Amino acid sequence: MNKTVNQKAWFFVIPVFVLVAFNAIIPLMTVVNYAFQETFGNNVFMWEGTRWFKQIMLSERFHASLGRQFLFTFIILFIQIPLGIAIALTMPKEGIGVPVCLVLMSMPLLIPWNVVGAMWNIFALPDIGFLGHSLNALGFDYNFTQQIGDAWFTTILMDVWHWTSLVVLLSYAGLRSIQPAYYQAAEIDGASRWAIFTKIELPKMKKVLTIAILLRFMDSFMIYTEPFVLTGGGPGNATAFLSIDLVKMALGQFDLGPAAAMSLIYFFIVLLVCWVFYTLMMRNEEKS
Amino acid sequence: MSLELKNVEKKIGLDTHIYPTNLKLEKNTINILLGSTLAGKTTLMQIMAGLDNPTSGEIWFNNENVTGTKVQKRNVSMVYQQFINYPNFTVYDNIASPLKITGVSSDETKQRVGKVAELLKLSGMLNKKPNELSGGQQQRTALARALVKDSDLILLDEPLANLDFKLREELREELPKLFENRDCIVVYATTEPSEALLLGGNTATLQEGKIIQYGKTLDTYNKPNSLVSAQVFSDPPMNIAKIKKSGDQCSFLQNDIQWRTKLNIKDGEYKVGIRPHNITTYKEGNNTLEIKGKVLISEISGSESLIHFTNGNLNWVSLSNGVFQKNVGDEMNLYMNTDEFVYFDQNERLVSNG
Repeated sequence: MNKTVNQKAWFFVIPVFVLVAFNAIIPLMTVVNYAFQETFGNNVFMWEGTRWFKQIMLSERFHASLGRQFLFTFIILFIQIPLGIAIALTMPKEGIGVPVCLVLMSMPLLIPWNVVGAMWNIFALPDIGFLGHSLNALGFDYNFTQQIGDAWFTTILMDVWHWTSLVVLLSYAGLRSIQPAYYQAAEIDGASRWAIFTKIELPKMKKVLTIAILLRFMDSFMIYTEPFVLTGGGPGNATAFLSIDLVKMALGQFDLGPAAAMSLIYFFIVLLVCWVFYTLMMRNEEKS
Repeated sequence: MSLELKNVEKKIGLDTHIYPTNLKLEKNTINILLGSTLAGKTTLMQIMAGLDNPTSGEIWFNNENVTGTKVQKRNVSMVYQQFINYPNFTVYDNIASPLKITGVSSDETKQRVGKVAELLKLSGMLNKKPNELSGGQQQRTALARALVKDSDLILLDEPLANLDFKLREELREELPKLFENRDCIVVYATTEPSEALLLGGNTATLQEGKIIQYGKTLDTYNKPNSLVSAQVFSDPPMNIAKIKKSGDQCSFLQNDIQWRTKLNIKDGEYKVGIRPHNITTYKEGNNTLEIKGKVLISEISGSESLIHFTNGNLNWVSLSNGVFQKNVGDEMNLYMNTDEFVYFDQNERLVSNG
């Protein structure tokens, strides 16, 4: 069979290509450009090779913010995933309660991130905020602007408040998709509530939970706006997570080279963790 | 051993799902609940199992009132239309699961699982997970789970409905064998009359939450107590016509086709039901009474041909062996077997077979 050659088809690809170029490739390549060179004024550049990468990889400051970042992400995943599943399990399955719960659950997700930060800042202020004032009135020495533990506590609480709903909604959707016959079959077998949870509900929720963990990992690992508004990274550098530290370096100190190198390392860490996690989950999926 | 429903009724809100029902199922029988979707088969089964409680009425098992007794304490097993297995258990663990909970020793479990797996042709795949199996094998696993424990009551809710044609035929033939020599009551829900005939046993025809007729499957088929029961037990649907009888002469009201009947009933108007396979496109055996028809639809199903045709305002279906195609609008002769006509009175109750 003769294939007709028609190069006009390329015209259909051009819009997508241009779009992707402008929103992904060009910005990314600009960063790559900065990462390998020393940038001076008047668009003068000097080749530096991998110097910035080495510098970042060996810098204690980067290790510290990376450590804080992982700690934060692990803590919020550890709280939000079980809590989200638990809430989803207790939500009503039919009747007027369903839409009420769903709307209530969605509320935090609809609030802009900087508003969440501002809300929690005011809420937690030790002198006038409801949370801060109440805690102090109860005898706790609480001040998130000055004490490291309190700053972490508030940041984590804020994130749990803001994002647990996402896990709840995904888990709820997963639970609702389990056919009633599964529960009946388990009932006939005389399975306990815990057995139903571990043998039916969890395996059936595996896919949505994978998505929930991935989304929560990525979002929390890249968290910026909320802690920036709440604590500004303080006290000191106590809540300066990777992105806050990155912005300080890039725009505060104007160290474009190291900041660009750090961006790329940051990007690859997110990519790597997601890839490893997803591959592991899906490999199990194929086996089972 | 027997299972008895006494005046069992199920209402949800204002809807009646099951009208007051009395039914007695005996030991070592296969009982088929035959009816269309929403006839109440599943609700009835769930009440029998104890998964659901009746709004009123009682359930008796072995002369003991078990109404309200939880399903775990009733020793029942159930197979569903969907293939229900524990997703991350192997086939072996799935089949063994009912035994584990009741604390059967591991040696005995091994032996019993092996036996039932062999019966259901699952021996080669005991180490696989359900989603590595075909639909047919998944349903076999579910069946094995139901058979492995010595249940007093095995409920099967349209177990073949989600399988493709070939697998369905295959499993359908094995089913009666599986229930042989078992000390239990089997209840089997289906929408398909042919499945009921194949399984034998007893059949209850259901419509809109009522049991219309219950008896030996063949009796229910041959002597439907009413037009409704006959319709439930006929696929494609039975053809209906009004007739007039005077002396031993019968004739359709709509046309002047006449035949003789040996039926000893009063003269007057009746309704007659004719099963599609008692109208054929060829003269054969007792299929001799001629009727002209105009083809509406002609379709082939397996090795049989279905022809929908009209004669006056009669709108009928005929089912003949063999594969042939008719064109829409063709005029043709069809032949009816008057011996197999089923006569109903004006209230649609059975009069007697012709």
